[in-house]
This record gives sequence, structure tokens and C-alpha cells, in this order.
Amino acid sequence: MSRKDQMQQAFLEEAGDLLPELESALLELDERPEDSELINRVFRALHTIKGSGSMFGFEAVAEFTHTVETVFDQVRNGEVPVSKELLDLTFRAKDEIQALLAEPGGQASEAMAAIAAELRQMIPAAEASPSSGHSGRQASQGSGDENVYRIRFKPDTNILATGTNPLALLDELRELGRAHVIAHAEDIPNLQELDPEQCHYWWDVILTTDQGKNSIRDVFIFVEDDSELSIELLEEGVAGGDGSEGYKRLGEILTERGDVDPQELQAALDSQKRLGELLVQAGLVSETQVRSALAEQEAVREVREKRSVDPAESSVRVPAAKLDDLVNLVGELVIAQARLSQTVGGLADQELRGIAEEIERLSDELRDSTLGIRMLPIGSSFGKFRRVVRDLSRQKQKDIELITEGADTELDKTVIERLNDPLVHLLRNSIDHGIESPEERAAQGKPEQGRIVFSARHSGGNVLITISDDGRGIDPETIRSKAIEKELLSPEADPSEKELINYIFEPGFSTSKEISDISGRGVGMDVVKQNISALRGSVEVESEKGSGSSVKVTLPLTLAIIEGLQVRVDEEHYIIPLPAVNECIELNGQEAGTHGGRLVRLRDQLVPYIKLRDWFCLEGEKPEIEQVVIVSVEDKLVGLVVDEVIGQQQTVIKNLGRVYKDVRGVSGATIKGDGSIALILDVDPLVREVSAHEAAVSSTAKTAQRAETV
Amino acid sequence: MSKTIMTVDDSSSVRQMVSFTLKDAGYEVIEATDGQDALNRLKGSVDMIITDLNMPNVDGIELIRKIRSSTGYKFIPIVMLTTESQDEKKQEGKKAGASGWIVKPFKPPQILSVVQKLLK
Repeated sequence: MSRKDQMQQAFLEEAGDLLPELESALLELDERPEDSELINRVFRALHTIKGSGSMFGFEAVAEFTHTVETVFDQVRNGEVPVSKELLDLTFRAKDEIQALLAEPGGQASEAMAAIAAELRQMIPAAEASPSSGHSGRQASQGSGDENVYRIRFKPDTNILATGTNPLALLDELRELGRAHVIAHAEDIPNLQELDPEQCHYWWDVILTTDQGKNSIRDVFIFVEDDSELSIELLEEGVAGGDGSEGYKRLGEILTERGDVDPQELQAALDSQKRLGELLVQAGLVSETQVRSALAEQEAVREVREKRSVDPAESSVRVPAAKLDDLVNLVGELVIAQARLSQTVGGLADQELRGIAEEIERLSDELRDSTLGIRMLPIGSSFGKFRRVVRDLSRQKQKDIELITEGADTELDKTVIERLNDPLVHLLRNSIDHGIESPEERAAQGKPEQGRIVFSARHSGGNVLITISDDGRGIDPETIRSKAIEKELLSPEADPSEKELINYIFEPGFSTSKEISDISGRGVGMDVVKQNISALRGSVEVESEKGSGSSVKVTLPLTLAIIEGLQVRVDEEHYIIPLPAVNECIELNGQEAGTHGGRLVRLRDQLVPYIKLRDWFCLEGEKPEIEQVVIVSVEDKLVGLVVDEVIGQQQTVIKNLGRVYKDVRGVSGATIKGDGSIALILDVDPLVREVSAHEAAVSSTAKTAQRAETV
Repeated sequence: MSKTIMTVDDSSSVRQMVSFTLKDAGYEVIEATDGQDALNRLKGSVDMIITDLNMPNVDGIELIRKIRSSTGYKFIPIVMLTTESQDEKKQEGKKAGASGWIVKPFKPPQILSVVQKLLK
């Protein structure tokens, strides 16, 4: 017996039980027509016969029973009374059903049609139409062309209580195509008010897919009634413009979505920063909303670009995310290779060692060419800088020429992207505070046209970017009085001119007397410095009063992999970025402290040192002879005392995560060949942190005590 | 480990069909004949429930309500079997906390697609 026959048989047996049940319920109902439980029994019997009947191939039975059931549904709702006439009809209907089931493949008889017609008379008008028996939507077929949709899904806060996982819905969207999901966390209440069983997140999804709108709607079929759901087609794959014309601007997208009012937008547009930043600052939209709009821009741009790519072109466009994946993989490979080298190094097998060296060479090449793919010439940003200079100088009624050098200097794509804002800020500073008005310049005998030079060039493993202007320069005395006023500097202190000038990087420091709408917004040089430090770069200023100032930004070529020097202190391993390292010397136990403090002799000079063992509070016995790694920090030499220098190592940088973002002196971590973790030291902040700490200690303690601790 | 789905229906043929379909697709199936039976059998690992609405003793709506106010199975997906004519019932079921529905009459692939959608 096939499974289908088996199921049909099961249904027939069930119907054999149900029909007598129906009959007895009807008989009782004849005596007690008001009994609602009896009405329910009749309804349930009919309902099951109908439902199961159609599932197991008894279509005629199902269709006929549907009519009877519909009447009894009305009876249940109190809209149709239980009459003698109705009961008679139902008894007859039951007999017909029984007869129909007895003969396989039977068709509806004329008697059944008559009964059905009479029953339908009893039903109030609207309900009379027969069931269509059809459910679900027609999923539209993928057309092969990709469309971009904007989907905003704001589930009911109680969605979890219906056993629905909203994340599973997002996953389903991802299965349809490339989805960029932006989670909105704005509506999440404070912890005290938060009910963990509620969902306060909502999502914008920019979906690029070859599926139709209905397929997207189907994903939300069970929740759409209770959720805020909008699905809009942004870009069709077939028709439409070519990739050269831009997609809507950020402002247009936000207004279109109703996130921001056109007037508010216009007000915000009148100033000159990046629109997204401005809107966020003004509190008109949240950062997430902006990110979401930007993602939309990106997705549409991608689709357009894809369309416009000429297959015969010699270059290939690759989404940046794929490159990121590749870089991650190469990072993993480098770690695995380090492990291999370490393991093989301990073995005597020459052949194996040869292979390991071959792999090392290949993975080095692979790393270099992979990182090379991500390199972009910095010149791609120059156009934007020209625009900034042109617009601002006009607004400030200044005559300024921008000269750019080294447009083909290449930098990691991420570095270029994240460098944009700080560099624009520096340019603004030069325009706003540096270059004088034409009249002023003429009075000082300078050419009326001011000049800003923007240059980029390679210097070792770094890229050096300089922004210099021939403006009024920075007055050290102004900085001094300002620093004293801000209590950043004590009135007795006598810092060098250079040190004074670098006070402009202190938080909250702004020398501009009036706050203009260009710079002096409170987001000052300290933010610039922070941004650049985040890229593991450094920034410093040189200035000569009256003849201009120059800002020097030094950046590493890439953010992903660095050469590092691995050192050990006690059981802990640390990585010191190799570019900072000058040399390594020994620190003999007897010699330590003989130069009146924490100083070590390096040829003909004394170099101060930091004991990492003390700074990181490591226990354990220090060895008889310790090693000192001499690093250069802002042109000065400082020694880092460690137990052992292990050697040079390829270091794949892993972020420590947000929790540790305020830890100074450590910029990240890396996974070593044996799988354990080593922290990467951030030398500049580390040295500054230690000397600030020392200064604080020495101002309260006696010098003698300090000598003892050495 | 394969997931366990409970099918609740007073019609043995529907139960059998749901059960066959799910077992063929590799799920474990627990059968219950009505809401009360379902509550009695609800223990251990049950990942999803497919329930009819019209049943004697404890009906489908009541069953959903009871499960949603329990602790152990509060967040599992519950699918109700409805008919086209039962829109009010469907609304009532959704209010009680049903995750989704399958409209009767249905075919085995429909059950599977809903199960796969909700049971992730």
C-alpha cells in the first residue's frame, strides 16, 4: 500500500467515526437547539471532514461539506438559528457524504447540489461564495536582473512572544541576495526600563536581489500585519541611467524616507561639513539613520557600476568587502606560517625546513601583493580638497592657491578613507586661522594670494603628508597664555617653542578668538590627533610666527600587518612595532641605577628607560642581565627594559575591541605562532603615559625615594 | 540532533499526514490529540508546535495562550492550522501568540516550507 493509499485509508476510517458522531450530535441538537457545545461538536465534525477530505483527494466531499460547515459557522456565531429545516438538510447532507465516501472517485450527485443550494439560501449574502481553497502568494520568479530594494522593518515590540526570531527573517533576506542590514538601536530604552523579552531594534535593509517584491514580502508573511514594514524598489536592473550619473544625495534619501524635514535639511546644508555629520550633530537624525542612507547610496552605486563595466577592460572591479576578506585570510595564513616555521625550526629535518622556507617566502609575497591591491593613490582625495579650499576661501574672502604634490603616493584604502576628515580639518584650519586677508598680506609685504602646499610622499615604511601654508603662523605667546588660562601649563614652566605649539593638540584647546563656522567648532586639533593616532600615525606642527605653519602627518602604509619585534617579560609576550625600534642593548644588573636614576649608557649618551615589568605589574624574578630595546619617540630615545628579545616577526593586528579602547600604550593584539596572544605596544602614548606618571610621582615624593625604587 | 515538532490535531488523518511529512524530512514528531493532551505531553525538548484550532477540551487558541504564559516553551514557534473561512480565528490565534499559520487544505511541501522558515 502506497503512502497515499495509507493516508486515504486513515481518512476513511476517521470519517467512519466522524459521521456517526455527527449524526448523534444532530439528534441531540434536535432536542436542545440552544446547546452551544452540541453546535460545536457538529461544526468540528464537519470541519475535519472538509479539511482532511481535500487533503487526501476527496475534493467533491470537501467542497460539499464546506457549504454545510459555512452554515454551521454562522449558527455558532448566532447569525443563523437552529431550525427544523436546517437539521433536516444536514441529516440529508450527512447521508450524501457517507454515500460519496463509499464509492471511490465519486462525483457530486444532483441531490447534493440541491441540498447545497438550499443551505446557501440560509447564509447571509456575503458569506455564500465558495472557498477558493488557495493560500499563499505567488512568488515571482527571479528575472535575472538585479534590483535594489529599501526595506524598513520595525517589528512589534512583542514579536519575541510570538516565537518569531526577527534575526531569522533578516537571514532569510540575506538568502535572497546581497543585503546590507543596518540595525537601529535608537528606540532601546534605558536599562531600568528595558524589558528583555521585548524587541526594540528595528532595521533598514538595502537588498540587491534578482527576486521580486513578493518574494521579499513573503519573508515577512507572518509578521507583516503587526509590524511596520515598507519595501520600496529603488533601482531597477534593466532600464535606467548609466553608472556615470550619481544616485540621489544623502539629503534626498533622508527626506524621501521622512527621517528629516526639507527645511531642517536646508538649514543644515548651509554650513560646510559633511552632511551626514552635520545632521547627526544637529540631532535631526541619528547616526544609524545616516549610515543606513549611505548604505543605500552604496548599493545603488554598485549596481550601476556593475552595469557600466566594460567586459573588455583590463581591470576588474571587486567589492571592497571581498578584499577585506582576502586580507583577513592572508593574515590567518601568515599566523599559520609563523607557527609552521616555529615548529620546523625545532626539528632536524632539512627537507622539511626547505619546504617551510619556501612557504614563508610565498606567504610574504602573497601578503605584499594582497596588501598592494588595497593601495589607492592619495590623489583620489585631492579633488575634494581643491573644492574645500575653493569654497572656503571664497566664503572668507581670501585668495588662496592650493598646490598638491605626490598625488600618486599610495596608501591603504581604509587609511585614505579615514584620513579624509582630519585632513580636511587641517586644511580648514590653514584657511581659517593661517592665511590672512589679502589686505593684511599686502600690508606685510607678502603676495596677496596665499598658498597652501599639500604634499604626500613615502618615507621608509611610512607615508608623510605635509600641509603647509604661508600665513601668519602660530604665536607661541598666545598659546602659552591660553595654556596657562586652561590650566594645561603652570605659569613657571618653560617649555620650548615647539612644545608650546603642540599644545594645540590638547583637548578643548582653541586659539581662535572668535568661533567661526568653519573651524573652531569645538571639534579641534585634539580630534584630528585622535583620528590619526587611531590609524597608528602621528602628527606634529612646526610654525614660524609671521611666515606660516606646517603640519606633518606620518602614517603607516597599512593597518593590517606590521613588522614587529617580539619581546618577553616574565611569561608575557609583547610586540614593539619595528619602525620605532632603533637598537637593542643589555642592561647589566650592577650597572643599573649607577647613573643616578633610570638611565642607561648608550655609547656617549644617557638614555632614560622604562621597565615593562614594573609598568605592567608583572611578578616573577627578573634575569641577571635584562635587555633594553631603544625606541625613538618624538626624536628622543627611550629604552624599554624586557627580559628577552625574541626576534622580528610578521604581526597581524587584531583589534582589542571597544572595551579596551581607552587602554593607553597598547594598540592591539596579535596571535602568535603557538596560538597564544601578544599585546602590541603603542610606543608613543606608552612613553608619554609613563613620563606623566613619573612626573606626578616625583612632584610628591622625594628624589631620594625615587632613586631607591630604581 | 534532529529537532522535535509536536503536531496537535483531533483528526488522526491530519496528524498522520503532518507526522509522515515531518518524519520524512528528518524531524522527530510527537503527536497529541487535543490541547489538553498536548499540554500533558509537553516536556523535554520540543522545538516547535503545529496545532489545529478547533479541538475538544482545550482548543488551539487556549493551547497557544497557555504555552505563551508558561516558562519553558514561551518562545518556541507555534503554527496554527486555519481555514480560509476562519479569519477571525486566525486573528485570535495571532493575538494569543501564534508565530504563523498554514491554511487548510494544505499539501506536504507547504508544511515543510513553513517549518523550515520558523525553525532556524
